[in-house]
Amino acid sequence: MSDATIHHGGDRKWTDYFTFCTDHKVIGIQYLVTSFLFYFVGGALAEVVRTELATPDPDFVSPEVYNQLFTMHGTIMIFLWIVPAGAAFANYLIPLMIGADDMAFPRLNAVAFWMQPVGGILLISSFFVGAPQAGWTSYPPLSLISGKWGEELWILCLLILGTASILGAINFVTTIFKMRIPDMDIHSMPLFCWAMLATSALILLSTPVLAAALILLSFDLMAGTAFFNPTGGGDPIVYQHLFWFYSHPAVYIMVLPFFGVISEVLPVHSRKPIFGYRAIAYSGLAISFLGLIVWAHHMFTSGTPGWLRMFFMATTMLVAVPTGIKIFSWCATLWGGKLQLNAALLFAIGFLSSFLMGGLTGVMLAAAPFDIHVHDTYFVVGHFHYVLFGGSVFALFSGVYHWYPKVTGKMYDEIWGKIHFVMTFVGFNMTFLPMHYLGMQGMNRRIALYDPQYQGINQICTWGSYILALSTLPFLVSMALGLIKGKVAGRNPWRALTLEWQTTSPPEIENFEEMPVLWAGPYEYGIDTESEDGDEDIEDMLTEVANVG
Amino acid sequence: MQSSVTTTNGAIASEYQEAPTEQHGHADYRMLGLVFFLVAETMIFMGLFAAFVIYKVTVPDFTKELELLVPTINSVILVSSSFVMHKGQSAIKNDDVKGLQLWFGLTALMGAVFLGGQVFEYSNMEFGLTEHLFGSCFYVLTGFHGLHVTAGLLFTLAVLWRSREAGHYSSSSHFGVEAAELYWHFVDVVWLVLFLLVYLL
Repeated sequence: MSDATIHHGGDRKWTDYFTFCTDHKVIGIQYLVTSFLFYFVGGALAEVVRTELATPDPDFVSPEVYNQLFTMHGTIMIFLWIVPAGAAFANYLIPLMIGADDMAFPRLNAVAFWMQPVGGILLISSFFVGAPQAGWTSYPPLSLISGKWGEELWILCLLILGTASILGAINFVTTIFKMRIPDMDIHSMPLFCWAMLATSALILLSTPVLAAALILLSFDLMAGTAFFNPTGGGDPIVYQHLFWFYSHPAVYIMVLPFFGVISEVLPVHSRKPIFGYRAIAYSGLAISFLGLIVWAHHMFTSGTPGWLRMFFMATTMLVAVPTGIKIFSWCATLWGGKLQLNAALLFAIGFLSSFLMGGLTGVMLAAAPFDIHVHDTYFVVGHFHYVLFGGSVFALFSGVYHWYPKVTGKMYDEIWGKIHFVMTFVGFNMTFLPMHYLGMQGMNRRIALYDPQYQGINQICTWGSYILALSTLPFLVSMALGLIKGKVAGRNPWRALTLEWQTTSPPEIENFEEMPVLWAGPYEYGIDTESEDGDEDIEDMLTEVANVG
Repeated sequence: MQSSVTTTNGAIASEYQEAPTEQHGHADYRMLGLVFFLVAETMIFMGLFAAFVIYKVTVPDFTKELELLVPTINSVILVSSSFVMHKGQSAIKNDDVKGLQLWFGLTALMGAVFLGGQVFEYSNMEFGLTEHLFGSCFYVLTGFHGLHVTAGLLFTLAVLWRSREAGHYSSSSHFGVEAAELYWHFVDVVWLVLFLLVYLL
């Protein structure tokens, strides 16, 4: 029996979530819950970092521990939180959205998931042998002289998670290409699938290069070679090239899936067809392509010659074009829509504003003269948190609220969801907006001890971070209340048109009782579809779909 | 059978009158998965090669002379083994399991000879892993490739093992054979690039 025709059989038990289960829905939940656990760990580390920075002296933790904290915070948030969270959505949604009964390679899928806890435990266990201190980038030669075993565990963790992410990407593209219902051509596919196509292409082309860099770094650490060690004739800049060839595209690996989520949430909750379907779909691919050729903008201060800086400066700024196309399309989708301001849409709008800000400071940083001025200052820290928290995390919460009724069959608690949004939005902006000013004033990143003149603003950031941390509570309350006493959601509470809403909530084990029917394109909301020869009104069909549950 | 209704904005709304008998008509999705996997593998080697080329261009006195006899014989063996293996695939297309076993067995033998040659080469090397940057690059690149030859060899042996069962491979169902062959060709092509970069240039 081929992988694609494995039948799961029987009802879903809670124990399935702790086993090697090949059902893509179980794997999606496993990914999401695991990544949220790491989010709490990474968040706790960040709070210790912020508490330390509330005063200019390193009095809360020692500088050595401080280095370990920000290194582990960065690594966990990137590799164990936001990248697997994207995979969580993709695993749960792609087969449902294209009308398939599972992913193309279910067993491979389960293997890829179980690598997450293994990698995470390896990484966290490095605290027992001296956690890595060289930052999430692990630049040599610093990474070669600060704590050998912690660094090696860090490398192992990343190799395992990188492999998992490659296996996942193979699964996503194969599923999208080969398992759509026959009716669905590539241009009637939901935009989330397009986003995952672009993301997977990036993963396949860039993640292996990081593996190459890590293999060489590991040899330097453990076998005494000198690939990146200048004292042995090696060149640390080579590591930076290989590392950023992955880690710049990694930014898009982290945000593109959530661009897809936003493209699903906005049209449903504003009752409007998505504006510029093809523009959004293709701009994702354009972002992927440009993302692969701009890596050296992270290295403007690494002795990169001027002419090369010009090339990377220009190509980096070009990324703003497809990103702008997306932003304007989303705004145009909202324009004149019947907005249902629930938690899902609020987070989507929060995403739009925060990500826009991150994108604009990104264009500033792309300019080499400005970048040289603020390089490795808090301006950069502010910028990438606006991109990754304001971009990915806001959209992720939006997606969690949007698909909560589908996954659980119940509605989340709207009031606590809104409190969650307000606290997150306030805490987020209070934490990261002042950092831009700090950076312009010259405060370095990755330091525990700073000049007392920066203390006031740092305290604002720290208080903001506490609000941000506390905002997790209303989120958990909303989720829990939904499970305990939320009203039954039915098949399609949002009256959405994508295929996942045609099955029961939560979806049955085989996904669909019978092959789902493509009534219309995925985003045909609120249009007058009475055609000349008197065909059925799509809104009628929609109502029919909505009422089946 | 399906009928389509075109709505005012050009989108297609279709209804099913009867569901197709098989949802996943394409059996070739496994091959697609393998191709994507090989794309990722290619990129690992690209990363290693890129590092090597940068060192070659920027580090003074980087390149060291290498003995060419053994690796040249090895290259000939590896390249011809790809053709040998292809004979095996052609055989199974004619339901000739004996032919498959013969040619795949020969391929496995040639792969083993290649690895043996590599071990011989290592044992006669004038420098070690940590002596200089070129030595480090040499061992890591050829060693990583050797690891891939080993994987390909195991893949080939697995096909041989499975072919003992009557009817496991036939002219209509032999994905494992094709996958092993594609992987072997990939390892082969990577070797040619590696041979050119490390030994000849």
